[in-house]
Amino acid sequence: MGMEKVDKIINSDYDLGFEIDIEEETAPPGLTEDTIKFISAKKNEPEWMLELRLKAFHTWQKMEEPKWAKVTYPPIDYQAISYWAAPKKALESLDEVDPEILKAYEKLGIPLEEQKALAGVAVDAVLDSVSVKTTFVEELNKLGIIFCSISEAIRDYPELVKKYMFSVVPMTDNYFAALNSAVFSDGTFVYIPKGVKCPMELSTYFRINAQNTGQFERTLIIADEGSYVSYNEGCSAPSRDENQLHAAVVELIAHKDAHINYSTIQNWYPGDIEGNGGIYNFVTKRGLCEGENSKITWTQVETGSVITWKYPSCILKGDNSVGEFYSVAITRLAQQADTGTKMIHIGKNTKSLIISKGISAQKGQNSYRGLVKIHESAKGAKNFSECDSLLIGDNCGAHTFPYLESKCASAQVEHEATTSKISEEQLFYLRQRGIGEEDAVSMIVHGFCKDVLNKLPMEFAVEAKALLDLTLEGSVG
Amino acid sequence: MKIMEIKNLHAKIGEKEILKGIDLDMFEGKVHAIMGPNGAGKSTLSKTIVGHPDVEVTEGDIIYKGKSIINMEPEERALEGIFMSFQHPVEIPGVNNAYFLRTALNAKRKHQGLKPLNAAEFLKLLKAKIKELGMKEEMIHRSLNEGFSGGEKKLNEILQMEILEPDFVILDEIDSGLDIDALKKVSEAINNMRDGKRTFMIITHYRKILDYIEPDFVHVLKNGKVLKTGGIEIVDALEKEGYKIFGDA
Repeated sequence: MGMEKVDKIINSDYDLGFEIDIEEETAPPGLTEDTIKFISAKKNEPEWMLELRLKAFHTWQKMEEPKWAKVTYPPIDYQAISYWAAPKKALESLDEVDPEILKAYEKLGIPLEEQKALAGVAVDAVLDSVSVKTTFVEELNKLGIIFCSISEAIRDYPELVKKYMFSVVPMTDNYFAALNSAVFSDGTFVYIPKGVKCPMELSTYFRINAQNTGQFERTLIIADEGSYVSYNEGCSAPSRDENQLHAAVVELIAHKDAHINYSTIQNWYPGDIEGNGGIYNFVTKRGLCEGENSKITWTQVETGSVITWKYPSCILKGDNSVGEFYSVAITRLAQQADTGTKMIHIGKNTKSLIISKGISAQKGQNSYRGLVKIHESAKGAKNFSECDSLLIGDNCGAHTFPYLESKCASAQVEHEATTSKISEEQLFYLRQRGIGEEDAVSMIVHGFCKDVLNKLPMEFAVEAKALLDLTLEGSVG
Repeated sequence: MKIMEIKNLHAKIGEKEILKGIDLDMFEGKVHAIMGPNGAGKSTLSKTIVGHPDVEVTEGDIIYKGKSIINMEPEERALEGIFMSFQHPVEIPGVNNAYFLRTALNAKRKHQGLKPLNAAEFLKLLKAKIKELGMKEEMIHRSLNEGFSGGEKKLNEILQMEILEPDFVILDEIDSGLDIDALKKVSEAINNMRDGKRTFMIITHYRKILDYIEPDFVHVLKNGKVLKTGGIEIVDALEKEGYKIFGDA
């Protein structure tokens, strides 16, 4: 088959790359104490939050951007970015939501009304920096579940926020986490009380709309003893020539016997084949298995962003706690992803499972970077890691950087890694049976990712599969 | 009636010319055996018919059901009823055998303007075929060819043939690596598929399979050309004297 045809298929337009025409209120570019005061004032934050932000800002000023990831990009001018963009109108109910915004959500396939009625998914949709609309809140409230924007939580649940924010990802953790701590715009807050199983999937869609703005959302999820919650986030951004920065922080806390499922479909604009445009996705995600028998599961399908730097991690502090990481990362065009996980075993008999599937096509560079660290206290700890890479074409790359530190003799650690190529023979075999080229590639890729896709919540899995098809149809050279 | 006419076919793989002017007619409902020494071009011929991307046709034509197929995509040729059982079927991890077969069958049904079979209807059909072939039922739930033994892979090719019901079947060394029981089973399945309409092109090194599946024509290939066409008596001569008796192309 000809490369031209393949290129044509793979270069299909970024379907979500439309721009919404809404009046934005945007802070002038630049980052100073005044910017932070501006953000905090815009959000009517209490004084203590502003103080924390300023502390984070001063920390960040002394830090340096990390350079160890296997990604290259031109220097970021942090003074050229605008750190605040909000739709001008204040919104009270869904009726007041700008029809343009609702249209945008429809294009994204998430009409709020329909979701309400059909999917039973409560959506906290974040457009740029302000949480536009939260649905289902009342129903959840009856169970004592708090599901709101982080700004609301700061105002309405200061004790919970003070107790848990920065407890898993300290503001000093890393350069991007510090930046986020200083300027975070909005995000989601979830609290599940003792013994409550959240009856529906909670979901947030993030979308970067304004030009030259970074998006710095902050998510905090607390699952109290014996509770369960499944949380999904999906992301997309319009196509633009310039790069945009996305530096999010997610903190999860699972108490005794609690279980948190956190699923992400990340489809930020990937830039073009020359690496022009696209989102810089520098994200810190970490979960703390605080109590005994607690469990945190990260599942991610990463198809977007020009640069990804992301390691959803678990600190397995409680005895018998479990951390899981399931990942599919696709890099095509000129995308670079350095992603993986950290599993920190502290408690006894803690278990972790890592299944990572990297797919590279065109000029994509895909790195798995994972740390399994077993402390002396983690008697009987077990880890199993499997990292598989699939290459499509000859100009892409896959890299694996597994790190293991074990201070405990009774721990068991297993690591398996494979790299394979979609072979002409596999493709031909399927085509000889009458299956078209695009369907054949899709079939092979889905087969490769099956272990991870099966972990996604049902409606999310459908979306992920469709996204994989969109991204990789016919991409064999 | 001719189902396929191969006319002065020249083809190369990479820089190497392998088919050097093949002329061959194949007839509806007949069994054509293709024999020849290693390197004669037998496998290249079958690859050319099914449109393998490694093969470049430099001259000549293949007319199938009255139409030239040399510029058709492999999947189009398949949908038009050309099926090849692979000498070495590839493994495709994570792709469920039954799912793959249903996708292939429904692609064909769509091409024929038929309604797709749903999972239940398909499973019923598949289970019946599996039973007929004496295959283990768990094979349908496994990943395509993954971890199959040599014999299981060949049986799985036959299963696909039975499900897809092609008009023109190429069996590329279906007998290699099969023990005598498996060979009998495969031959029986093929004989059951002979219905006076379906054409078979059997590529083999050995006479054995032709004892079970009686060919209507035997063609001897050497140096990229058809050296000799005849009946089963050719096989007898080959058995005694080897390929040298037909001289050089």
